[in-house]
Amino acid sequence: MQEKIISAENVDFHYSNEFEENENAPVKQVLKGVSLDIKKGEFTAILGHNGSGKSTIAKHMNAILLPCGGKVYVDGIDTSDEERLFDIRQSVGMVFQNPDNQIVATIVEEDVAFALENLGVPPYEMRERVDDALKSVGMYEYREHSPHQLSGGQKQRIAIAGIIAMRPDCIVLDEPTAMLDPHGRRSVLKTIRKLNREFGITIVLITHYMDEAAQADRIVVMDNGEIVMDNVPKEVFSNVELMKKIGLDVPQVTELMYLLTQCGLLSDTHIIDEEECTEALIKILTA
Amino acid sequence: MLKDITIGQYFPGKSVVHKLDPRFKIIITGIFIAMLFSADSFTALVVGIVFLIVSFLLSKIPFKLMLKSLKPIIPIIIFTSVLNIFFLDGVVLFKLGFLKVTYEGLRTSAFMIIRIIALIMGSSLLTYTTSPITLTDAIERLLSPLKKIKLPVHELAMMMTIALRFIPTLIEETDKIMSAQKARGADMESGSLLQRAKALTPILIPLFVSAFRRAEELAVAMECRCYQGGDGRTRLRQLKSTGGDYFALGLSIVFLDIVLLINCMTG
Repeated sequence: MQEKIISAENVDFHYSNEFEENENAPVKQVLKGVSLDIKKGEFTAILGHNGSGKSTIAKHMNAILLPCGGKVYVDGIDTSDEERLFDIRQSVGMVFQNPDNQIVATIVEEDVAFALENLGVPPYEMRERVDDALKSVGMYEYREHSPHQLSGGQKQRIAIAGIIAMRPDCIVLDEPTAMLDPHGRRSVLKTIRKLNREFGITIVLITHYMDEAAQADRIVVMDNGEIVMDNVPKEVFSNVELMKKIGLDVPQVTELMYLLTQCGLLSDTHIIDEEECTEALIKILTA
Repeated sequence: MLKDITIGQYFPGKSVVHKLDPRFKIIITGIFIAMLFSADSFTALVVGIVFLIVSFLLSKIPFKLMLKSLKPIIPIIIFTSVLNIFFLDGVVLFKLGFLKVTYEGLRTSAFMIIRIIALIMGSSLLTYTTSPITLTDAIERLLSPLKKIKLPVHELAMMMTIALRFIPTLIEETDKIMSAQKARGADMESGSLLQRAKALTPILIPLFVSAFRRAEELAVAMECRCYQGGDGRTRLRQLKSTGGDYFALGLSIVFLDIVLLINCMTG
């Protein structure tokens, strides 16, 4: 549990400005000395508003981007080591926002097999791994469908299955639910939690939905290329003022509790789930 | 309105012809074309047509669908037959002004019409009974020896697959953009042809921009799944040739031989 799977040390990153008209224009630092360790089996959520650098740090986790300064290690391998690129990508899989743009094949099971085909897995073993992956996201019945017949949530689960088939240690999901309807969001999140609990896969979920982040073991809040908070959800959300300052909301429950504390009706701000909230409210009302 | 466009002309089914190995189907279609073009008498042509009818009956494709596939080539048929009827020298049957109709002309044009119709029907039978994706797969495998002369066979097949995969996505997108532009008052249905073509610009530009964005995202997603070109790739779906495939291939070769034999005897 305590073993590190991803370790970022002092990562700096900026996009090169060679296409800018003014070559001397100051480069915008996207990441400023970010250090972050992800432990095996952990479910981490990374929160931040647009442009906070949360997607950029995610792309460092499987060597799509390489740091301009500092180092990123995946399972002890330096991500700048090109020879081990495929080892890195096999142990840290990545799922993106738009399911349509990550499905390659015209048949569900062939898409799930895509990574395995690339890795040269023998066909009999591939069959087994594809079936397992489809079952673990609950899409086995749809294996012969074509992706465009599926809903957004189903397509995103296929994309997740395509990653799981590689049997990675860790999956990084970059706003996987941003384009989905509430039903699709729930089904994708349920799948993510199941993968974490039942299969022990390390999850890094990048999101701007507070209720999704609240389900994680740990929340990392990013703002302006830096990590501003890194703690368990209860502690992060109890810091309501700081969250509001960087333009993030807290879950409705926490917000309510926060307002009640401010009125002096409550002393505990560490409440993030609805049941605790109900209890606290009953207490206040009966007192 | 755009939803009605069907991709390819695959007609799903479970007939013997559907189940044939697509690689063999392509080769057999090639042999069938060879039959049609080597036949130089009506008798020989009949053999080819018998072969077509047998495979057509086995495929259980509705006859109406087959006729539909002929529609686009009607102009070609008329054009070639007119040329052949009027411009071939030989025994004159009757005259229409300066045009004369000869026996040879009539004969050749009838021959050509039958040949073209059989050709189109035969190749449509291939696309009706094979899904585009299996067809791409089979082409990749048939052409794979050409990798030795540096032909990017895998890359071509991958491009085909991705194109097929994105057709429905892009159609949906076009639909959305059209509605969005109509909502802003774009007029696409009236005016001259030129005006209507110009009205397409506000649809095509956003479509291209989004297609490029999609392409980039797809490339990153493919890299994340360790895509590194065709070398060392294995496939989930293995094409296995069965006895039936060889039998069908053998049968088509026998038919080709009969055609050639008839040619020798009549020629």
